[in-house]
Amino acid sequence: MEDKGRRNHARYWFSFLILLALLVFLIIWNINAGSIHMSVQEIFRIIFRHQGDETFYNIIWEIRLPRILSVIILGGALSVSGFLLQTFFGNPIAGPFVLGISSGAKLVVSLVMIFFLSRSVVVSSAAMIIAAFVGSMISMGFVLLVSKKVNKMSMLVISGVMIGYICSAITDFVVTFADDSNIVNLHNWSLGSFSGMSWDNVKVMAGVVVIALGLTFLMSKPISAYQLGEAYAQNMGVNIKLFRVALILLSSVLSACVTAFAGPISFVGIAVPHLVKNLLKTSKPILVIPACFLGGAVFCLFCDLIARTVFAPTELSISSVTAVFGAPVVIYIMIRKQRQV
Amino acid sequence: MKDYSIYTEQMTVGYDGKPLIKDIEIRLKKGEILTLIGPNGAGKSTILKSIIRQLRLVAGTVYLDGEMMHKMSGKEVARKLAVVMTERIRPEMMTCEDIVATGRYPYTGALGILSSEDHKKVWEAMETVHALEFKDRDFTAISDGQRQRVLLARAICQEPEIIVLDEPTSFLDIRHKLELLAILKRMVKERQTAVFMSLHELDLAQKVSDCVICVKGDHIQKYGAPEEIFSSGYIHELYEIESGSYNAAFGCVEMEKPSGEPKVFVIGGNGKGIPVYRKLQRKGIPFAAGVLHKNDLDYQVAKVLAAEIIAEEPFEPIREEQVKKAAEILKQCEKVICCQETFGTMNQGNRELLVLAESLGKIAEKP
Repeated sequence: MEDKGRRNHARYWFSFLILLALLVFLIIWNINAGSIHMSVQEIFRIIFRHQGDETFYNIIWEIRLPRILSVIILGGALSVSGFLLQTFFGNPIAGPFVLGISSGAKLVVSLVMIFFLSRSVVVSSAAMIIAAFVGSMISMGFVLLVSKKVNKMSMLVISGVMIGYICSAITDFVVTFADDSNIVNLHNWSLGSFSGMSWDNVKVMAGVVVIALGLTFLMSKPISAYQLGEAYAQNMGVNIKLFRVALILLSSVLSACVTAFAGPISFVGIAVPHLVKNLLKTSKPILVIPACFLGGAVFCLFCDLIARTVFAPTELSISSVTAVFGAPVVIYIMIRKQRQV
Repeated sequence: MKDYSIYTEQMTVGYDGKPLIKDIEIRLKKGEILTLIGPNGAGKSTILKSIIRQLRLVAGTVYLDGEMMHKMSGKEVARKLAVVMTERIRPEMMTCEDIVATGRYPYTGALGILSSEDHKKVWEAMETVHALEFKDRDFTAISDGQRQRVLLARAICQEPEIIVLDEPTSFLDIRHKLELLAILKRMVKERQTAVFMSLHELDLAQKVSDCVICVKGDHIQKYGAPEEIFSSGYIHELYEIESGSYNAAFGCVEMEKPSGEPKVFVIGGNGKGIPVYRKLQRKGIPFAAGVLHKNDLDYQVAKVLAAEIIAEEPFEPIREEQVKKAAEILKQCEKVICCQETFGTMNQGNRELLVLAESLGKIAEKP
């Protein structure tokens, strides 16, 4: 008996070490990779001693590092948000993108941006997050309405995808009629991209995500109860109404933060929690939540690396890369579920 | 009210404030098993769901261990009351031990980390239901019987004073049904736990319950000891049985009897007639049964399956008039099946019938 417990613990340690090792490895690789090549020593000198060639120094400190940090924060946030939604709907293929929550956020953010930019006012990061949050909640409201009427995995996802399409269509429409000078930026963003992150952006997103993640982690216990279904959770003393509201708010804040800065990013929210659970061989939230964050960071660092290097100097949208790696995982989950039923 | 684990006062249950069953007065004592029976859709689950607060009461009060339940916090209730529901759960990547461990929820800290004491209780609970050997298997990979035991272990390690179970024996085969109820019986005896459940199996309900509640229509139709409830007549009324019948003494069901005039006469007795009656019933051949003593095993079955029955009072020799009556019917039948080889002192009347049948050339082999 004890033996098995110890083996599980070894597995958990091993999983976290692997994720951390991958994270460090991908951070270094991401710093190194790009149109301008630098030696590893040079990079270390620039980062740790703050000295070196000024161009290189600026590339690393002003472009690559903030980008890497935001990829880590947002990638992690996205996966955790996906995990929360899967728990909430008891549906393994729920996620902010498939449920149309990202697209709702995208729509409202575009509207806000165009409105302010046309009046030559720069939109602050906080305003963007709030706009994204409002959009997320609107989409979420629709999805909740549908899920109340039909409680079927496929219907939920189909309605989510439809909401996503409607929001995207309106966004495209609005962007087309926006002022020329704004279009380029807006267009890139609406496809999903981690480019152009500043240190200010990083600070804001770190603030929001750290608080939301902390709260999520503190909810591990009720989440674990909720995994057995509502009836059992309630019998264990979970305040179901409060819990559901908290779960919706947290997952929306996390995914809204991602959309506000990097646009809608597909499939990370579904693929990463699934992969992480398979790595840990458990779904205990107290382990899965931190592992999801690390896993999301690793997954997005890897995808972002591909997005910006494979066809350099042309940059791919991050969503097209995450879709290539994430969609097969989703298909796999659906096939396996079908076989079980 | 203090002596009761569950005590309800004019409890009315239903959905969205619409009353479904009114004025339910439940009195469940420690160390007792209270069982809900009644036809499908009568509202057994509704009552259970209302007791565990999954449904809001339409009216009335529930006292849990003497305390007004609606004034208790979720955690307080969780430490007193555990549930085993019918809805199938499909948790992802959880071992049986993980499932059982969730029962410690009301006792762990903010992050739900189990102490070694908690682990010990989890193992003890799994031992109680004989689930230790598959504790590391994935919950979705075990059989229904094992799953139900794991869920019961989960409830046990919650250390409740009351366990509420909604049809715990559905989906289980006969061995697992018996095992599960034996575990419940033992818990009730050893820990003085109170059990409140719904059952579909009347035979089991009759044997395991201390008290039975019959739910039908918009009220509790009957509430009492199994001896008061389980009469064939009442069960027929409760379930509106029209074809076939329920035998309260045996707790078994019989199919509808073949209609028409008897074609076969069966000389039964001593339990040997039962397989013959059943076979004739299956083939749809109406038959007469005789002469049976009313304390004979065969009498219970013949009573509901035979088109005609000739019976004698217990322990009396078969009287001449009964033999005559039987002979009349026997003459109308095309065939006679005799299940007896020897005839005891009280059973000489049946020997006469056999002789008569032989002389008429109606004796047939057992079908």
